Order: sequence, then structure tokens, then C-alpha cells
Amino acid sequence: MYKYDTYDQAMVDARVEEFRDQVKRRLEGHITEDQFKPLRLMNGLYLQLHAYMLRVAVPYGTLSSAQMRMLGYIADKYDRGYGHFTTRQNIQYNWIKLEDAPDILADLASVEMHAIQTSGNCIRNTTSDQYAGAAADEVIDPRPYAELIRQWSTFHPEFSFLPRKFKMAVIASDTDRAAMRLHDIGIQLVKNDAGEVGAAFYVGGGMGRTPMVAPCINPFVPIDQMITYSEACLRVYNRYGRRDNKYKARIKILVHELGKDEYTRQVEAEFAHLLTQGIEPPLAELHRIQAQFADPAFEAGASDDLDRSDPDFALWVDTNCVVHKQPGYIAVTISLKPVGGIPGDASADQIRLMADLARDHSFDELRVTHAQNIVLPHVKKADLYGLWQQLDAAGLGTANLDRIGDIIACPGLDYCSLANARSIPVAQKISERLSDRSEAIGELKLKISGCINACGHHHAGHIGILGVDRKGVENYQLLLGGCEGADTSLGQITGPGFDEDGIVDAVEKATEVYLSTRQDGERFLDTYRRIGMAPFKEALYG
Amino acid sequence: MAEPQFRFRDDEPVGDPAVTVDSFGEQSNAAAVRIEPGDDARDLLPHLDRIRLVEVNFPVFGDGRGYSAARLLREAGYAGELRAVGDVLVDQIAFMRRCGFDAFAPDVPLNPADAEAAFARFDHVYQPTTDGRAPIWALRHG
Amino acid sequence: MKILTGNDLKTGAVTWWDGVQWSLHVEDAVDVGDHADTILARESAARRVNAAYAVDATKEPEGVRPAHIKERIRALGPTVRMDLTLKPADPEAGTWVI
Repeated sequence: MYKYDTYDQAMVDARVEEFRDQVKRRLEGHITEDQFKPLRLMNGLYLQLHAYMLRVAVPYGTLSSAQMRMLGYIADKYDRGYGHFTTRQNIQYNWIKLEDAPDILADLASVEMHAIQTSGNCIRNTTSDQYAGAAADEVIDPRPYAELIRQWSTFHPEFSFLPRKFKMAVIASDTDRAAMRLHDIGIQLVKNDAGEVGAAFYVGGGMGRTPMVAPCINPFVPIDQMITYSEACLRVYNRYGRRDNKYKARIKILVHELGKDEYTRQVEAEFAHLLTQGIEPPLAELHRIQAQFADPAFEAGASDDLDRSDPDFALWVDTNCVVHKQPGYIAVTISLKPVGGIPGDASADQIRLMADLARDHSFDELRVTHAQNIVLPHVKKADLYGLWQQLDAAGLGTANLDRIGDIIACPGLDYCSLANARSIPVAQKISERLSDRSEAIGELKLKISGCINACGHHHAGHIGILGVDRKGVENYQLLLGGCEGADTSLGQITGPGFDEDGIVDAVEKATEVYLSTRQDGERFLDTYRRIGMAPFKEALYG
Repeated sequence: MAEPQFRFRDDEPVGDPAVTVDSFGEQSNAAAVRIEPGDDARDLLPHLDRIRLVEVNFPVFGDGRGYSAARLLREAGYAGELRAVGDVLVDQIAFMRRCGFDAFAPDVPLNPADAEAAFARFDHVYQPTTDGRAPIWALRHG
Repeated sequence: MKILTGNDLKTGAVTWWDGVQWSLHVEDAVDVGDHADTILARESAARRVNAAYAVDATKEPEGVRPAHIKERIRALGPTVRMDLTLKPADPEAGTWVI
């Protein structure tokens, strides 16, 4: 894992003092809320429905056990004993006091964490593959490249007042586990025929009210030009992205309106200029970072045997664990989606337990996934049964990864001041209704957003649900056929919306259509793609 | 013309009134130009040898196009005064300084102590710009 | 009736204008008639409230009821964590927001 040096530490420490000063000026009346708002947002502090909410960055989703333990401490000391893991691999606290915020940031800085640029019209936290460094199918560990981007994007003097927020993701395998093509910039690290690493740039993806799948604008940027190319992409956006209409200000609209070819031409011209400016960090810097992401000390010859005699354990292994690049090891997903629970929430006690388990069984490492779960990336198979028993006893042993109960849900109108409808109660009811059919239904990614901003990724759900406000009453639209990953597709709305109970019935009906129509080996998404919308519409509205 | 509250230059301030970018090319005796957010700073590149003052207007602090305009001019070798005017807030001036601004004329004067603290807040920087500060990666690798 | 809601600047807690000061309880909210803008400007400038705004509400037998579900959830707390709402002991409190 990356360790701060004195320079990195000085940056976050100075930031804490800067924010302490800004909060003081606000509380003393020297700056107005209009002036303070962008400052607090760039430190992750929102004013939400019930209180201030603090969003803490988890760069590329990677945490040490000490960092995780600090997240539990903050939940207890400054919040109400829990936190919410988000679709951007961050964690949010819902009950923060403005006067405590500088102290929280100081506590975070003590474990090399921060909330820098987790909001505002700037480059946000860079996300990545939750199995990075463990996945058997990756070309290279993407996290050092994401760390390079983290440093380049932190306090970038030119790009702190962009037309709109800007999200980047970096992956390094053909299986896209980070919804890379639904980001403002998605980078896939690839190797060419000569074995050299390069960056494929996908620009202009996103969800929100105008969902778009990012086109590839350059399939191979040499790796020692990746930052310069990113700077060119951003500069064209900062100069020409729309600022007349907040809803048309994301880069996806610019790329769409200019057309991919013209946007690319402008980027290439800016890139040619910027190559003369010496802004690219030397490869030695990449190598310095990469050395810190070296593989942990795996035990050579560790056994691949597993005692599967406990059927609950065997089900959990088959559902929640994935193959590791190192023989004898496995990557474990801890579901934060107990049946009927609040997706992504974890209590301070659960957070501390996961920290301890990471320390004892996963070389001190955890990951946050964009599906709001936690991963222990490097678990020795010999330790797995004991690990599962501890998880299960703490309510963290649910076997439902990528199943219908593994629902992505934004906080919705229970917490969020932008929401039009509640998301969490819908997720809870669907989970309670259908979890007993989880195994029969198999892989089904269900995603719920409480407004069109799409924090719950509803466009990318095999089944998506969008909450809207219809004359003051919560109403839910159903979408089918969305998917992230290499075959990214956007879900289509089935028709008129439903009330809260109606949407639960509608999801059940959709699963029944699938179960009665599927052919051998088909997932829900495969069946939908084969038979189309009509049979589902017939069942829902016929 | 806005008088700068902060100026990091030793030469004599330019007294000329600033003209708009689209009229600057025609006025061969003009030495001061004012860039609005929608202007293309590159239109000025053929005339850099006679420009002594560029004002970049920030009508609202959230419109960040002026940061790119400033960097483009400095990257092209412009060495005259680059002045940020308009809705210039204390929490932005350090970013502006990094992009090449060397004079600041905020609509609402800044508290001098707050401004001094803001300019000096971060000892080091992650990104190289034309301001001459070595980025952290350069310090790490000598 | 028109009522005012906002958040406490320091703590972020949801508050309601009771005619004299800001209360944590929507039951205390008073009708401000056409004085909303005056009160909001004065209270915001004095930093006694943050991000405050006016909403429609009705006076019901059980108390003041904001017209929109968003403010009813603000008044109660998250419906999915009744233990964290202002009425943790009332299992039926959640139905009030619907």
C-alpha cells in the first residue's frame, strides 16, 4: 500500500489547518454561506437533509486496517456509530457538526486520509478495481497509476473550478469491475505487442440525467505521457465545457456536442503543446509508487484445499469469493447487504471487526467496492472458514454477491436533500421479498437511485429503479437491461411508474418472466437481451 | 481600470486602459487587454511582444476558464503583468498565483492577513506550472 | 400556513422557526404569513440559522404537518433508522411522513 512521505503528509496537514481557518471565518461571520459552500464542499462537507454530511475519500478504494479502524473511531466519536460506504468507494458520515469537522480531518490526516475534493467542481477521488493486485486477470496493478493521478489532481491549480464535477477510474483488466466507461475519464491500462504498458482513454461517460457510455478517444497513450494526456483532456473541458446550464455542464455533453472526433482532435492538439511543458512526472516516480504496491509476502505452496462440509460456508465461498492470482489465496467480498438491511451501512463495531480481520488474515488490506461492499483481497484459503465464522457472527456473512439482495442504493430521501424519493426502504423490501429465491435467480444486479442524479447507478442495473416525485408522492420507474463493464449498456424504462409496494411487485414479476423464459446458463441480463422488453412489459402492464 | 490590491512585480504598473480581445488586434498601439471567460487567450499569441498587461476577468468565482487562459499565456512565454480582476476570493488566489497571475484586483478587497496566509499555505506543490516551483516529484527524485 | 426551516450553523441540526427562536421540533413551528423573507434574511445574517427556507404546511389535530414529504422526513429523521429519529419510541412515527 502507498505510504505518505513527508511531502504528502505536509499537504494534508496544511489542508486541515486551512479548513480550520475557513470554518472559523464562517462561524465568526467573515464569509457568507455562498462563499463558504464551495470551500466546505471541496473538503467533502455537505449540508444534507438532517445535518452536515462528511464524505471521506478512500483513494482507489484501498484501506489499511489502521485506516479502517479510524473510520470506526470517527463513527463513534463524531457521528452516531455508523458510516455509509458509497458507490464511489468512499465513506459518508451523516450526522457531522461543522464545529467538529476540522478535528475529524485532523484525525483522518493522522492515518494518511483526507476528504479533499470529495465534492465540488473539481477532480474527485479516483476509483479502481476492488480486486487490484489480487485479480488473476489483470495486466498490471492499476493502483500506482491511480495514485499518480491522485497526486496530480490534488489541488490542481487550473482544474479546481471546472464546469462540473469530474470523476476518473483506472482499471487494468478486460473485465471491468469499476464501471470505467461510465466515468468522465475511464482509463484502461493495456499492454501492446511489445509488452509496453499504455493507457486507453475513454472520455465522456457518465450517468445522471443524460447517461452516456464513454467512447475510446485514444487506445494507447504511452504510460510516460498519461498525466500529460489527462491534463489535455481536462484543459479542453475547462475551456469549452458548458457553463450556461448546470445540467449540460458535464464533459459527456461537450464530447457529445463536439462529436468524439472533434473533441479528440482538440485534445491531441493541446497534448502536443503540453508535451513541451515538462509536466509529466518521471518514470522514477511511478516506480517509487509501484514499489509500495509490491505483492505482500504470500506463502509459497499454500494449500488450495477447502473443507466444504459446512453447506452455509460452501455457499458463501461460491458466491462471495473470487479466484486469486496467488495459489492458496482467495479474494473475499464482505457483503454489507444483510437481508432487509441498509445497503452500504456498517456499524462502528463492524468496521473495527473488518479492520481486525484484515490485519490478521489479509496482509492488513481492505478495499471498498463501488457496489458498496468491502473486500479482503488476500486471504489464505486455510484461514477462510474461521474468517467466515467471525463474519457470520457479526452479521457480515451474507452470501449474496451480485445476487438480487446485493442491491446498490443511494441514501435517497431518508438522508439526501437532492433526492425525490426514498431508496433504502425499496431496497429493504425487495431484499426481504426475494432473497429466498436468490440462488434460483442467480446473478442479478439491482440498482436504485432516489433521483435522476443516479448515485445509485440505476442506468447500469440489470434491473434499475429510479425514484421520482409525482405530485408530492414517491413514485418509482423500472428500468431493464443496464450493465456496466466491457459490454456496458444503459437500461430502458419499462413504462409508467409504480408506488412503493408496486415497484416491489414489479421486480418480482420481472424475475418471474426471467425464470420462466431463461435458457440454459442464461443470467437475467442475457435473457433480457435475447427476448427484449415486450414479454416483461406484458407481465407488468398487460 | 481596477487597481491591484496585491502585485508581485517590480516594474511600473501599466496605466493604459485595457481593450477587449476581439479589438486588440486592430489597435496596434494598445498595450493592455482584458480577457473575458468566453475569449480564446490564444488569439493574443501573435501579439505577445507588445502586451504589457493582461486583465483576466472572473465575473463569478466559480467560472474557472480564466485559470486556463492564464496558463496558456505563460506557457507561450508572456512575461508581462497578468492581473486577476472581478470576483476574486481569498481562497482562490493561491491557485491563481500558480497559474501565472502576478497581480490581483478583487472587486471586494481581501483581508491582507488572510491573503498572506493563503499565499503561503502550502509549502510544496504536486504539479509543475510556469511559476517555477519545483513539484514534489522533482524534489523526490532530485 | 407558511413555516420556516433551516439547519443550525454549528451543529447542522434541523430547526424550525417558533416565532422567537429556532426549535428542534416541527410542532413548535408558527405561521410566518408574508414575513418569511424578512425573518430569513435577519436570522441568516445573525448566523442563528443556515440554509433556511420557507415551506407550506397545515395545522392538523396532531400538530404542524409540512406539505411535502421531504420536510416531513426532515422533521422526523431517517425513516429507515427510527432509533435515530426524534421519536425513537413510537413505532408508528414513520407512517406520519407518508
